[in-house]
Amino acid sequence: MISKKIPKERRIILKNADDPSYSNKISCYLKRGGYKTLKKSLKKKPEQIGEEVLKSGVRGRGGAGFPTGMKWKFLDRKSGKPIYLVCNADESEPGTFKDRQIIHKDPHQLIEGMMISAFAIQAKQAFIYIRAEFFEGAKILERAIQEAKDRGFCGDNILGSEYSCDLVVHRGAGAYICGEETGLIESLEGKRPNPRIKPPYFPAVLGLYQCPTIVNNVETLCNVIHIMDMGGEKFSQIGKPNNTGTRIWCVSGQVKNPGYFEFECGALTMGEMIYDVCGGLLPGRTLQAVIPGGSSAKVLRADERFKGTLKDGSEFDWGIEDIPLDFDGPMSAGTMSGSGGIVVMDNTVDMVEAMANINAFYAHESCGQCTPCREGSLWMKKITTRMCSGDAREEDADLLLSVANQIEGRTICAFGEAAAWPTQSFVKKFRKDFLKKAKTQKRKKNSFQLI
Amino acid sequence: MISQTKGETVTIVLDGEDVEVPAGSNLVDAAALHSKEIPHYCYHPQLSVAGNCRMCLIEMGTPMRDRQTGEPVLDEDGVPKIGWVPKPVIGCATTVSQGMHVKTISDKVTDCREGIMEFLLVNHPLDCPICDQAGECRLQEFATDYGRGYSRYVERKNVKPKRTRLGPRVTLDDERCILCSRCIRFCQEVADDDVLGFVDRGSYSTLTCFPGKELQNNYSLNTVDLCPVGALTSTDFRFKMRVWFLKESPSICTESSAGSNILVSSREGEIHRITPRRNDEVNDSWMTDSGRALYKQVRSDDRLLTPRGNGTDKILDHAITTATNILKDKEIAVVGSCHGTLEELYLLNRLSKITNSKKYLRGYFGEDDGILLSADRTPNLRGALLSGFTNSYPKDNLKSLNNDLKRGGLDAVFVYRDDILNSEVDEELLKGIPLVFMGTQKNSTSDLAEVLIPSLTSFEKKGTFINRSFFAQGFEQAVPGPAGLLPDLLILSKIIEGLDEESKIDPDLSLIWKNLGSPPKSPLKGITFNDVLESPVKVDGSKWESLPFVEKKAMHYLPV
Repeated sequence: MISKKIPKERRIILKNADDPSYSNKISCYLKRGGYKTLKKSLKKKPEQIGEEVLKSGVRGRGGAGFPTGMKWKFLDRKSGKPIYLVCNADESEPGTFKDRQIIHKDPHQLIEGMMISAFAIQAKQAFIYIRAEFFEGAKILERAIQEAKDRGFCGDNILGSEYSCDLVVHRGAGAYICGEETGLIESLEGKRPNPRIKPPYFPAVLGLYQCPTIVNNVETLCNVIHIMDMGGEKFSQIGKPNNTGTRIWCVSGQVKNPGYFEFECGALTMGEMIYDVCGGLLPGRTLQAVIPGGSSAKVLRADERFKGTLKDGSEFDWGIEDIPLDFDGPMSAGTMSGSGGIVVMDNTVDMVEAMANINAFYAHESCGQCTPCREGSLWMKKITTRMCSGDAREEDADLLLSVANQIEGRTICAFGEAAAWPTQSFVKKFRKDFLKKAKTQKRKKNSFQLI
Repeated sequence: MISQTKGETVTIVLDGEDVEVPAGSNLVDAAALHSKEIPHYCYHPQLSVAGNCRMCLIEMGTPMRDRQTGEPVLDEDGVPKIGWVPKPVIGCATTVSQGMHVKTISDKVTDCREGIMEFLLVNHPLDCPICDQAGECRLQEFATDYGRGYSRYVERKNVKPKRTRLGPRVTLDDERCILCSRCIRFCQEVADDDVLGFVDRGSYSTLTCFPGKELQNNYSLNTVDLCPVGALTSTDFRFKMRVWFLKESPSICTESSAGSNILVSSREGEIHRITPRRNDEVNDSWMTDSGRALYKQVRSDDRLLTPRGNGTDKILDHAITTATNILKDKEIAVVGSCHGTLEELYLLNRLSKITNSKKYLRGYFGEDDGILLSADRTPNLRGALLSGFTNSYPKDNLKSLNNDLKRGGLDAVFVYRDDILNSEVDEELLKGIPLVFMGTQKNSTSDLAEVLIPSLTSFEKKGTFINRSFFAQGFEQAVPGPAGLLPDLLILSKIIEGLDEESKIDPDLSLIWKNLGSPPKSPLKGITFNDVLESPVKVDGSKWESLPFVEKKAMHYLPV
């Protein structure tokens, strides 16, 4: 399964990022042809840009993978209300660190992408909602925006086109839920980031300040430049049909060479990523599990077989190494590519402890608005924490699964699924480990009494 | 607040049955119209939809339509195919649409409800034996109706503050809070005093006031009623009474002309609390905090309990006879009160007619809060108009009585409830003029009165008040009056009988209503007391349109 040839990265978004001669200053960006596409795009009709993006088939890079062109099409343009563009730079999914690279190393790419997108949707105002912990990134962006404003790439009357759009950096409130589209909007309005109920509050109709709003991920907005640069048609030929463009994968965990890598969608498999690109596992270790798309994606067991029929009708029978890295590949294997955060776990990892870690995260980050997620995530955390501190019971595995099932699909936002999926998959796929915990760890006498 | 389009209906399929429901209504309300309960905590018909408790999860589907043609998709039998939403949806935020299919009873729905109930209870303290809400607690009710009945929770429950003072009248038990946010939305949307909010995250979320603020607006106790659990408690009522001992009687708030509909809860003749009664045309589900405290007048220190007549005589009947003798064949002044009921004012009017005396009426005015405390601080000014007692708008003094006293010629004064000494009437002028006072609370006039006839508060009798929107609202007796006292109507009727045998009238409410409605142009024509007791009846007040009513635009009220 391990190929000899190391697959080659195709860097579009991160083209300049790691070049030693490149800095995040505007001079560098301009030298490499920056803001040319903005100039070109401003001469087009806004609808044309939307058409190109739709043609490119680019899918959102934030996690859900919804086609960006479609999202823009849903925008309510008839209400007469101002339209807002928000860049979701609240990268908080454990295992993901791609947006941070763009913001730190090539902020002008994001600004250009945002201004093209803002022009395309005729936004009145654009915001970058940046994760609170990215204080350095916020500083870099603030400076970059000032540089762009000084040269007329942003702000009033952009490049003499009579289109004006101000760009503001808003520092987040330091919570995972701020990355949820409607939670982000609430937070941007200055409130607690409690996600809104949909219907009726679809951002494209009733978003920021009850006005039509588009929220896109950093990487997605950067892709808009390249779509406009090469044309939607040509962009759609990168990668695979329905999985166009490149993706930045963030690999962490027990591999020799973790990091972020930009590949064409579907250009390589999970096995190639782990063994070739990342140099394989540490000496003497074997692969136990992989989380393919950030902590909320369902975990994959190393010895699983994935069988089924692809969209084109062909049958597949994959091992974990054969899963193609694009949007549809992990989806076919019953999980998701999410935000592209691949977490590799070898045989030294105690899966119950890994589960406890993930549960602790979701219990801490649940906003507390709706019942299933609020109470369920903390309950699951309490169970797994107890299991890891010597008080595991055999029935805990089933209880965990049942609690997770009670959360999934019943919450206001997708956080419910994000909290439930790890538990569901961990317990289902590593049931033995959960049962073993109960057998090998001594239970204190009378430590459990039903309340 | 989901708006309802008036009159229009749509047909939905509710658990397999075709039913007509108002267009624009949500599923919780629509199902309730057809006696189907969709349990809910955070939803309240008079507040915005939050959708956070998830208790009202149900299955919903709409007829499928072909994407290209827009035609309905039919199955083999030619019946429109239903596209069921894969996830359960919340009933409170789902607006009905033509042909919508809804399942409120199914395995999935049952599973959802059991799950939510379990989640709500895992960190809820088992306080029921000492909780004020016990007996009227939605958590208890739905746990019994929709819960699993056993617990799988062995972890430690969260610990939160048990007795936070949110304001002068509200105490919070945070552990019991299910974070439904009704109180927060109420303060924002109805009371217009945004002071409540959640701090901390997830299951540790805690309800608090904003720093430096208190929940002290005059509507704060509504949050206690709104609270579906025992988290928000009334400091006044806390730990005093188990609710299942309380008898509830429908009544009307006497604080102002808003005429909030209320429920008086009493046990063994003692009132323990007053809560609002829902009336979507008058007070929605709210009332003022100050109105809730009014029950205290029933057993207050200044309550008049002992009659006074002819020196040291303390027998009520004697006092009434003495009063009659004083009033008989004299030039008297009758001072009425807008605190009297419509029926009492009618008898008072009759009394003044047969004695051919002049009538005086004073209004009490204050600040209008634009919600449910109107500028007119009497419950029945419009009742005084309809009873015929007055035709003009009362001033906030009784200078006219003072002037008439100065002029001379008055032999006696009959004061009903009012405090004339506090209304710019000179005490000197009353010297030598016998004063008969009838009322419930002690005041300077009652102190001065030669004859004192104690009467009953609105909680101790039946009657009708007419509110600012000309709604005639009847109310029931909630508690018996103090021993030895008689209803105002009976006293007045006795005095009338004593003054003029022929004008005698039975103190019977239906009879009085018959009389009230008998003049050909009477706005009360055809209405009976039972009608107004059952539900408020809008009375035509156009006759008095030109009067300078002081009320400002407020909840369900627009000044003419």
